[in-house]
Amino acid sequence: MNQPIKQHLIDPEICIRCYTCENTCPIQAIEHNEDNVVVDASKCNFCMDCIPVCPTGSIDEWRVVQTPYSLESQFEWEELPEQEALSVDATSNESVDDDPIAALLAEAHKGAGGKAHAPITASKPTINLYNLINPVEAVVQGNYRLTDSTSDTDVRHIILDFQGHPFPVLEGQSIGVIAPGLDDNQSAHLPRLYSVSSPRDGERPGFHNVSLTVKRDEGGVCSNYLCDLSKGDNVSVTGPFGSTFLMPTAPDARLLMICTGTGSAPMRAFTMARERTVGAQEGGMVMFFGARTPDALPYFGPLKKLPDKLLQKHLVFSRCATAEKEYVQDRMRAESQLVASMLQDNNTHIYICGLRDMEQGVEDALHSIAQSFGGDWLKLRNDMREAGRYHVETY
Amino acid sequence: MASTLDVSYDTRIPNNVGLGQDRKVLKALEKWHPGYIDWWNKLIPQNFQNSMVYLRTAVSVDPKGWTKFDYVKMPEYRWGVLLAPQVEERTIPFGEHKGKPAWQEVPGEYRNMLKRLIVIQGDTEPGSVEQQRFLGLTAPSLYDLRNLFQVNVEEGRHLWAMVYLLQKYFGKDGREEADDLLRRSSGSDEAPRMLGAFNEETPDWLSFFMFTYFTDRDGKMQLESLAQSGFDPLSRTCRFMITEEAHHMFVGETGVGRVVQATLDAMNKAGISDPNDIANVRDLGVIDLPTIQKKLNLHYTLSLDLFGQEVSTNAANAFNAGIKGRFMEHRIKDDHQLTNDSYTVKNIADGKIVEEEVPALTAVNMRLRDDYIRDASGGVGRWNKAIKKAGFDFQLTVPHEAFHRQIGVFASIKADPNGNIITNDQWEAGKNEWLPTLEDGTFIQSLMKPCYEPGQYASWIAAPKVGIDNKPGDFEFVKLHMA
Repeated sequence: MNQPIKQHLIDPEICIRCYTCENTCPIQAIEHNEDNVVVDASKCNFCMDCIPVCPTGSIDEWRVVQTPYSLESQFEWEELPEQEALSVDATSNESVDDDPIAALLAEAHKGAGGKAHAPITASKPTINLYNLINPVEAVVQGNYRLTDSTSDTDVRHIILDFQGHPFPVLEGQSIGVIAPGLDDNQSAHLPRLYSVSSPRDGERPGFHNVSLTVKRDEGGVCSNYLCDLSKGDNVSVTGPFGSTFLMPTAPDARLLMICTGTGSAPMRAFTMARERTVGAQEGGMVMFFGARTPDALPYFGPLKKLPDKLLQKHLVFSRCATAEKEYVQDRMRAESQLVASMLQDNNTHIYICGLRDMEQGVEDALHSIAQSFGGDWLKLRNDMREAGRYHVETY
Repeated sequence: MASTLDVSYDTRIPNNVGLGQDRKVLKALEKWHPGYIDWWNKLIPQNFQNSMVYLRTAVSVDPKGWTKFDYVKMPEYRWGVLLAPQVEERTIPFGEHKGKPAWQEVPGEYRNMLKRLIVIQGDTEPGSVEQQRFLGLTAPSLYDLRNLFQVNVEEGRHLWAMVYLLQKYFGKDGREEADDLLRRSSGSDEAPRMLGAFNEETPDWLSFFMFTYFTDRDGKMQLESLAQSGFDPLSRTCRFMITEEAHHMFVGETGVGRVVQATLDAMNKAGISDPNDIANVRDLGVIDLPTIQKKLNLHYTLSLDLFGQEVSTNAANAFNAGIKGRFMEHRIKDDHQLTNDSYTVKNIADGKIVEEEVPALTAVNMRLRDDYIRDASGGVGRWNKAIKKAGFDFQLTVPHEAFHRQIGVFASIKADPNGNIITNDQWEAGKNEWLPTLEDGTFIQSLMKPCYEPGQYASWIAAPKVGIDNKPGDFEFVKLHMA
C-alpha cells in the first residue's frame, strides 16, 4: 500500500447537494445518499475535474489519512473531521503552487493527443502532499555523476531522504524542488519538476528514499543547484505530483519504454520496481533509449548488466564516433516486428519520455509500424490512451 | 460542424460552435446583439454597469476551463454560445426513437414542439433578470451584490444559448421568436413573460433568495430534462447551462440559510427564546422565522405551478418523441419508453384528495414535480439543522402541494399548508398566517438598505461561511463605480 494518502472529501456543512460534481466526475467516483455527497477514495484519481464546477467551495477539502474514510462513515457526517495529527499539509490542492504544476504536467503530457489516464492496474497515487506553503525538507544522501567525466554532459544521480516524513511516491510521479534564493523579480523560485528514478519502496528497498536523475543545464538555476549539492545538504521538496504516468502492477503487463537522456528516470524506476515485484519475465519490458554518445547515456553501465530477460535494451547513439548516427525511431523501425507484436498485444503499455523533439519521429515510426499490420495508429493510440496504456511526458 | 472545448473569440460572440464559419447564423446573432445590449443597458442601473464585478467567465467548456474569475464590467461580460462537448455516437435515450442516433438537425415532425419548448425556456431567462433589476440598490453586502450580478449575467447567457438554437435551427420563425424574447417583459400588461412566476415582482432580497432556491430549481429540473433530449444541440446546450445553474441554487440556499442564521444569532444574543415573538424579533433588525416561512410558502407554491398539469398529453408527446426526458433519465432503470408503466398522481374526487394510477407516459410532469419536491426539501432540512443547533424549537416546512395553487388539479380547491381542503371563508381567515401580507412586505422593505463596505453585512443576514473563489469575506467582490 502506498500510504498515507491525501483523501478528497466534501464539506457537508457547505455542500448544497446540487450533484454537479457527481455529474462531472468522469469515473463515477462521487456518489450521494439522502444526506451527503461523498468521494470514493478507492476510485478518485485526483483529476480535479470536480473542483471548479462546484458552486459552493465545499469540494476542495483534503485530509491526509493512514486509512481512508469509508463511504459509510462519510454518509453519516454532519461536519468534516479534523485533520489527524500528521506532519503534513492538508490544505487546498489548488493553492498557489499546484495550479502551475498541474499546467506543467498537462503540457508535458499533451503529446499523448488527449487526456491521459492511469493504467487500470496502477496503484493509487498520492498527490500534492506538500506544497509551496508547506514543503518537506529532504536531506541529500548522495550525489553521483552518471556520465563519464570526459563527457560534456553532466548528469547526476541524486538521492534524497525525507527524515521519517511520509513521502509516498510512485514510479512515474514527479517531485518539485525549490531552489533557494530569489529570482529576477525578487520572488522565491517556483518548484521545478523532476521525475523520480527510484521505485516506490525506495532507492534502497524499504528505506523510502528517492532518487532523481538531473542534467546540468547551462544557466539553469535549479539544475545547477541540485547538481552542486553535497551529502547532508537540505532541500525543500513539494509533491508528489502526477496521477497518470504510472506503471501497471499486473504481472502480465508489458512495457514498451522509449526515452532519451534524463527521460530514462521513470523507466529506471519502472524497471527496478518490476524487478522487485514481478522479477524477470520474457518480453515483459522493452526499452529504446537514445543519447548522443555512450558516455552521455545515464545509467549506461548498470543498464548493460541487466539481463535481457528482465529488460530488452536497445541503446542507440546519434553522435557515436564508431557507428552510424541512429535515433530511437530508427531502431524501432529496425525492430518493427517486435514493436508490432507489442502494439497488437492488449497488455502492452507504452511510455515515451524525453525531449519534445523526439515525439514526431517516434509517432511516425509507430504509425508506419502499425500500418505494417494494417493498423490505424491514431485510432490505436487513442484507444490505448483511453485504456491508460499510452503515456507521453516530454519537455 | 466541428465543436471543440476551446472557446473561439474570432467573432464578437465567444463560442465553441464554429460561428466564424457559419456566416448566416453569425449574421443573425450579430443583428440580434445590439438589441440585447440595449435591453441590458436599460435594465440594470447605470452605476452598476460601470462597476467592476468579480465574475467568473467560461474560457472553455471542459471542467477546468469554465471558471475563470476576474473583474469585469457587466456590459463587457463575454456572453457567448457554449455547448458541452459532443458525445460521439450519442443515441436518443428515451421514447419511441430510443437507440437511434441523436438528431443533429431538427426532426421535421417535431419542429413546432421543439421550438415551443426552447422559446418557453428562453423566455424565463431574461424574465428573472427583469424581476431582479433593482435589487442591487439594496444589496446587503458586496458579496451578495456580486452573486446577484453573476446570476444575472448567466441568465443573460442562457438567453443567448436559446437564441442561438432558435436562429441556427428554426430559420425565419426562429429569428422572430428570438426578437420576441426581448420584446416581452416581466410584469408588462401588453407583453408579459410567458410563465406566471416570472411576472411576479422580486421586491426584496429574501424574495430573491427564495426565488433562486425554489424557482431557479424548477429551471434546473427543466434543463435536466431537456439535457436528455434526442435533439443533440439542445442537450449539449442544456448540459452546459446546468453547471451554471448550480451556482444559482447555491446563492438561494446559502442566502436563505444566512438570513435564518442572522435571526437565530440575534435572538440568542437578545435572549429571545420564542421564535413566534414576532414584534420583539423584528425590533432586532432581523426577519422573524414565521415570516421566512410565509415567504417560503409563497415561492414554493409559485414554483410548483411551473410544472404544469399533472396529467399532460403534451408532456407525454414530448417524451415519446424523444424531445424532453425525465430528471436523471440516464440513472433511471426502466425501459425508457414507459409503454406499460403507471404512475401515481393526486387528483380531487368528491371533495377529497385521492391518489390515482395513470399511464406513466402522461404523468411525466408529475414525476418531475415529485423529483423537484424531493430536491427542494433537502435545503429546508439543512436550514432546520441550523435552527436546532441554535437551540430553537421551530421547523421550516414545505407546504402540502395542494396549498395555494393556480395550475393543476388543486387550482380548483382551497387547502391549508397541511393539505386539508378548506372553505373559502377558512382560506380568507387563514391566508395572512400562511402567505406574506402587505405589512410583512413593508417590514422586510424597511430592512433593505444597501451595505457596500467590503466585509460588512446588513443586520438581517449573516456573513457567508466561504467566499467566492476561496476569497476571504472582506474581499472587494464589486468595485463600485461612484459617479
